[in-house]
Amino acid sequence: MSQQSATPPRRPANALVRPLIGLAVPVGAVIVALTIGAIMLLSLGANPISGYAALLDGAFGGWNELADTSIKAMPLLLVGVGICIAFRAGVINIGGEGQIIAGAVASTTVALLVPDLPRLILVPLVLIGGAVGGGIWGAIPGALKAYAGVNEILSTIMMNIVAAQFLSFLLQDWLTDKAAGAIKIQQTERLSASADMPLLPGGTRLHLGVLVAIGVAVVGYILLFRSALGVRLRAVGHNPDASRYAGMPVKKSIVQALAFSGACAGIAGAVLVFGSESHRLIADGGSAGFTQSAGFNGIVAALFGALHPLSVIPASFFFGGMLTGGIALQQELQVPAALIVALNGIVVLFVVGSFKLRGRLQAWAESPGDGFTAAVSDPLDDADQTLQEASDG
Amino acid sequence: MGDFFTVSVLVATLASGIRLATPFLLAGLGETIGQRSGVLNLGVEGIMLMGAFTAYYIALETESATLGILGALAVGAVMGLIYAFITLVTHAAQGISGIGIFLFGLGFTDLLFQKQVGTPKPISGLSKKTVPVLGDIPKIGEIFFQHNVLVFVAFALVPVVWFVINKTTFGLNIRAVGETPEAADTLGVSVNLTRLATIVIGSTFAGLAGASLALEVGIFQQNLTSGQGFIAIALVYFGAWRSYGVMLGALLFGIVQATVLQWKTLGIVEGAASSLTAMAPALLTIVVLVIVSRRVAAPAALTRPFDRSA
Repeated sequence: MSQQSATPPRRPANALVRPLIGLAVPVGAVIVALTIGAIMLLSLGANPISGYAALLDGAFGGWNELADTSIKAMPLLLVGVGICIAFRAGVINIGGEGQIIAGAVASTTVALLVPDLPRLILVPLVLIGGAVGGGIWGAIPGALKAYAGVNEILSTIMMNIVAAQFLSFLLQDWLTDKAAGAIKIQQTERLSASADMPLLPGGTRLHLGVLVAIGVAVVGYILLFRSALGVRLRAVGHNPDASRYAGMPVKKSIVQALAFSGACAGIAGAVLVFGSESHRLIADGGSAGFTQSAGFNGIVAALFGALHPLSVIPASFFFGGMLTGGIALQQELQVPAALIVALNGIVVLFVVGSFKLRGRLQAWAESPGDGFTAAVSDPLDDADQTLQEASDG
Repeated sequence: MGDFFTVSVLVATLASGIRLATPFLLAGLGETIGQRSGVLNLGVEGIMLMGAFTAYYIALETESATLGILGALAVGAVMGLIYAFITLVTHAAQGISGIGIFLFGLGFTDLLFQKQVGTPKPISGLSKKTVPVLGDIPKIGEIFFQHNVLVFVAFALVPVVWFVINKTTFGLNIRAVGETPEAADTLGVSVNLTRLATIVIGSTFAGLAGASLALEVGIFQQNLTSGQGFIAIALVYFGAWRSYGVMLGALLFGIVQATVLQWKTLGIVEGAASSLTAMAPALLTIVVLVIVSRRVAAPAALTRPFDRSA
C-alpha cells in the first residue's frame, strides 16, 4: 500500500460494493449447498423441485408456518448471539448444547421451587434462572482456558456430554414426574402455569420467547459494538498479546465472553422449556430431542450472520425455516428431516470456506489495481483470523 | 460391589475394555498424524459416523464384513479429501469447518439409514479370532488375544505410527510442517502436500474407527458414535501427540466404559445412577486436559494455515 501516494488518487469506492459482496458470497454458498441438497433429493428418488416447494411452503407458506419458523428460529438466534460474543472475543464455544441444558435445568428448578409467584415475576425469574445456569456452564470452560490453558473447543464438547448425562439423571431421579408412577418417562411434571411463556396476540403459537430472543440480539449488539466492555472483548479476540500489553485483563475477558455466551444459550434453554407445548422439561430419547441441536445449528446461524448479532436475526429465521420446512418435506415426500442436518453441515463448510474469497473479492472490487490477492482488512476476516489463532489452544 | 471383584468378571471387563478402546485408538492415531502436521480435524466424529454406516450397510447387503471395512476406508479417504480441500485451499478456520463435517456426517448417515434400512437390522459383524498359542494362555489370552481382527490391527498400528512419525523421512516432514512450516517450505518440503497426505491418512483411520464400532456392536443407529470422535481428539492431547500416549488414553477410556457397563449389568448401579457414571469419561477428559495442558506443548503450527505469499 506504500506506493499508493505515487498512483493517482483512488476512485471513491462504491459504498455498496462491500456489503453487496458481503451478502452475495454467503448467499452463493447457500445456493451451492442447496444444489447439493437437490442432488441428494434426486438420488433419494424425490423430485427436488416439489421437495423444495414443500420445504418453502412448510416454512413460510402462511401465518402459522411463519410463526412456527419463528419459534424454531428463536433458540438458534439466542445461541447465535452468544456465539457472536464468544467468537468475536476469540473463544470458540462449541458448548451451546450443554449450556442450553444447564439453562433449562436451572430455570426448571426455579419454577419448581417457587411455582406460586405471579406470572409477572415468575416469567422474568425463569429467564434469569436460565441465563445464570447457562452462564455458569459457559464460565467453567472459560476459567479452564484462562487459568489452566485448557483448549476450550475440547472442554466445551466435554461439558456437553456431562450436561446431557446429568439431564438424563435428573429426569429419572430428582426432577422426574412423580405423578407418572411406575412408567418411567424422562420428563418433569407439568411446570407451573404462571411460568408459561405468554402467547402473543394473533392466534398463532407465537410466544414471548421470540421477542425475548430479538431483545437479546439487540442487547448483544450493544454489548459488542456500543460498550466499553465490547471494545475490550473484541480487542482481546483480535490480538490477545497487544491487549495484555495495553493493560487489558485478558483472562477475565475470556471468562466473561464464555459466560455471556453461555447465558444467551441458557435463556434459550429456559424458553424451550416454558414455551414448549407440553410445558415440561423432557429428554425424549436423547438430549437432541430437547435442544433440537440448537447448540450446533446456532453456530451455523451466527456464521451466516457474519458474527453480527443483528444479522443473526434474519440468518436464524432462514435456518428456522429450513427446520420447519424439513418437517414438511418429511411428511409430504417421506424424505427424512435429517437431510436438513446434513445440509446445515454443508452450509457451514461453504460459508466458512468462502470467508477468504469474500475478503479478496471485496478488496479487488474496491481497487482492482492491487491485484486479487492483496491483503485485506475486514472485520470478518479478522474474526476468521482470530478463530485460527484461538483454536491454537 | 463384591460381585465385581471376581476373577472372571475382571477378566471379562478388561477384555471388553480393550475392545471398546479400539475405536478411540484408531481415531486418535489418525488425529495424531494430522495434528503433528499442524492440522486439527474436528470432523472425526462425522467421519466415524460415515465409516460406521458404510461398513454396516455393506455388511448388511453383501454379508461381508471385509467389504464393509474396505468401504469404510474408502469413504474415510474421500471425507479426508473434502476436508483437505477446505483447510488447505480455502484456508477455512479448522475449529469451525470440522463442525461442518460433523453435522454433515450426523445428518447424512441418519438420512441414509432411515431411507435405506429403516428398522434396525442386526448384522453378524466380525467374529472373534484367537491368536494361536498366546490365545490359549488362561486369563491373559482371554484379555489380550481373543478379539476381532480390527482390535489387533488398531494395536499393531501404534508402533507403526510411532515408527513412521519418528523414523522416516515422511515423518520428519510431518513434524517439520507441524512446527515450522515456513522453514520446511524453504527446504523444499511441500507443506500442503504433506498435510494433504496426513489429513487423508487420518480420515481413513477415522473411517476405520467407525467401521470397528459398527462391526463390533453389529448395529447402526442415529448418532451411533455419541461423542467418541470428540473424545478421541481429546485423547491426542492426553497422549501428548505421541502414539503410545494415545494408546494409554484409549485403554483408560475403554476400561472405564467397560467398567460402567459391567456395573450396570451386575446391577451395582441402576437406572438413574448409570447416567451419572456415563458422565465419567467426559469428566475424566476435562481433568486430564487440566493436568496435561500446561505441561506439553502442542505442535507449534497447529490450526495455522500455510500461505507462501503471506
